[in-house]
Amino acid sequence: MLDGTIIAQTLLSGVLIGFIYALVAVGLTLIYGVMDIVNFAHGEFLMLSMYVVFWLYALAGLDPMVSLPISVAVMFVVGVVTHKLVVRPVLRAPMSAQIFVTFGLMVFMRNGAQFLWSPNYRLIQTPLVAGRLELFGLFVGKPQLVAALGALITTGLVFWFLKRTETGRTLQAVAEDQDAAALMGINPDRTFMLAWGIGAACVGVAGALLANYYYIFPTVGNTFVLMAFVAVALGGFGSVPGALLAGVIIGVVEVLTGLFISPAFKNITAYVLYMVVVLVRPRGLLGEW
Amino acid sequence: MSHLRIPAISLLLISLLLGACVSTEAPAATTQAPAATAAATAEQVTVVKIGSPLPLTGSLAATGVASRDAELFAADIINGDYPDLNLPLAAGEGLPNLGGAKLEIVFGDHQMDPEKGASETERLITEEHIVAVVGAYASAVSATSSQVTERYGIPFVNGQSTSTALHTRGFKWYFRTTPHDGMFSEAIFKFLQDMRDTKGADITTVATIFENTQYGSGSSRSQNDLAAQYGFEVVANIPYPSGTADMTAEVQSLKAANPDVVLPSSYVADAILMVRTFEQLDFQPQAIVAQGVGFTEASFLETVGAQGDYILSREVFAADLAEKKPIIKTVSDMFQERYGHKMEGATARSFTAVLVLADAINRAGSTDPEAIRQALLATDIPGDQLIMPWPGVKFDPATGQNIAGSGIVVQAQEGQYHTVWPFDLATRDVVWPFPAWGDR
Repeated sequence: MLDGTIIAQTLLSGVLIGFIYALVAVGLTLIYGVMDIVNFAHGEFLMLSMYVVFWLYALAGLDPMVSLPISVAVMFVVGVVTHKLVVRPVLRAPMSAQIFVTFGLMVFMRNGAQFLWSPNYRLIQTPLVAGRLELFGLFVGKPQLVAALGALITTGLVFWFLKRTETGRTLQAVAEDQDAAALMGINPDRTFMLAWGIGAACVGVAGALLANYYYIFPTVGNTFVLMAFVAVALGGFGSVPGALLAGVIIGVVEVLTGLFISPAFKNITAYVLYMVVVLVRPRGLLGEW
Repeated sequence: MSHLRIPAISLLLISLLLGACVSTEAPAATTQAPAATAAATAEQVTVVKIGSPLPLTGSLAATGVASRDAELFAADIINGDYPDLNLPLAAGEGLPNLGGAKLEIVFGDHQMDPEKGASETERLITEEHIVAVVGAYASAVSATSSQVTERYGIPFVNGQSTSTALHTRGFKWYFRTTPHDGMFSEAIFKFLQDMRDTKGADITTVATIFENTQYGSGSSRSQNDLAAQYGFEVVANIPYPSGTADMTAEVQSLKAANPDVVLPSSYVADAILMVRTFEQLDFQPQAIVAQGVGFTEASFLETVGAQGDYILSREVFAADLAEKKPIIKTVSDMFQERYGHKMEGATARSFTAVLVLADAINRAGSTDPEAIRQALLATDIPGDQLIMPWPGVKFDPATGQNIAGSGIVVQAQEGQYHTVWPFDLATRDVVWPFPAWGDR
């Protein structure tokens, strides 16, 4: 029956999936924070990185953990190129153009993936990280554990980079006041490029970690990015620790709702929670403005 | 920030856009009168067009595309000359009673969205001038599509949707070749009863886990009725939203209920995740007996590999049935060779629906919808002209349901499904109980 082990197990799983939501959200919130542009194609970046890892596995026999750095590098480049080719041309355009340009990119990438790689589900059958651990009577899938730890470490690195490095501070400066930052000799365009690169590289990490256990198909991004959007808003637009906190909260709320109310309601409670936060504290949990 | 934006507005936009992203431009229905009457008066038809709304993109696209190919293959067989195949209309080209007219299928993409299903069906009727409809795979979409065909007075031959709610609406234009979930669930319970009574399996409790739209919830409801009827106790009914990122809570609830047998009703993506979560959380019932669909699609076993072994499912089709029915092998091999998909539950039923409809159109000798409807009512195709394990196709005039359909139970062994029930059709012995996840 519904004993302590089951509740603890469920909580643990909620936290693990929450870290993944958080990592996807971090990339999103970073781009938004620096540029004020919402990247609707973020889920498709995730999808692309999962396919990169999958094809490296299928064609070159590389394990996801080995191809993780490749995925990160590829996604960094994809982010930078997206900025140069897609986003920069509309920087001075009206807001609606800025929204629809990434939206269009999303539709393009999703359908491109279906065209090139078919809508079939792919799964990496025998990754190095497989199986499960038993800790104090709780089962933890090793791939899930590795994914959660990887997500936590990456989020920590991004936070450290933003707060403790010179380049990171320039990102914050541009986020706060683009014109003033430019007057201080910071090149905003370079900073934007960096934000896109790092934002996309975050899902490069997430994609490689997820590919260890999650199935891959052209609209896989949707499954994760919707919750990541909620995490961004819940945690506070532009806040990295906020995204982390919110991701975990959403993961836990989802599984607890599933266990105690009904799995059919698990997304609803995440959205209700978000709406309550928006009404009571519009800037989000850890939003700075 | 140079200009603040209210998070609420941004999120509203996001959710609107993400919601909209799966739906590209929906062709607006024109104000034209229903095309049916125009088509009916054509004296000399060279092409008979039927419509097929399918999920060609989106999360069900893999199945949608395979179903499309199966329907195209059925049209090939009708339009070409295949004297060696004992299937309706295989010998001779086209539809003989319509002067050898060719069958053409016009597809619509409904992306698993019931509203799009309705608008696509309306577009096919008003703009493409189709005379009948096959499709639409998902029960929720077949429900709305068949409302449109009912309004326009166009026959709808539903080959794959299995929700029990569909044939009980009193529709005049709705026909269904596949057995519905009630009939399939009955096969599951007859199997469980046989296991209990003749093989000594100790089964007293069952639990259902199902996706929460029409297919899954209808399936779970009928399983609850049947469980009571066959003397099993239902200890849990667990709904979940399709396309979920994590299934721990669902599986934990199942574990807490500790049923002897788990009865999932799932689409393929969720089925993959469910099996992985079962293994991860070491959930070990005596058996998993699925209500087909996601579990029996070719991509399921291809994706999960050995993890899928020993899962049982009700099924309408299994490749090994060929041992009893050689035509199945012939048709499957041709399909695999030409289209690169395996004949499995969804594709074999799509294929069959097109043949059944074409047979009716041919017997009607006309493209008039009412004549086709009358011909459908008179349909009587014997089992040996089908690639299905059914005694035949014969529609109940009150509901449009094929009353001659029946199900089988299959089990995955060494990465493939084999027929294990009814015991006299079985090609393998059933492995029961389910071997522990760790011991394989």
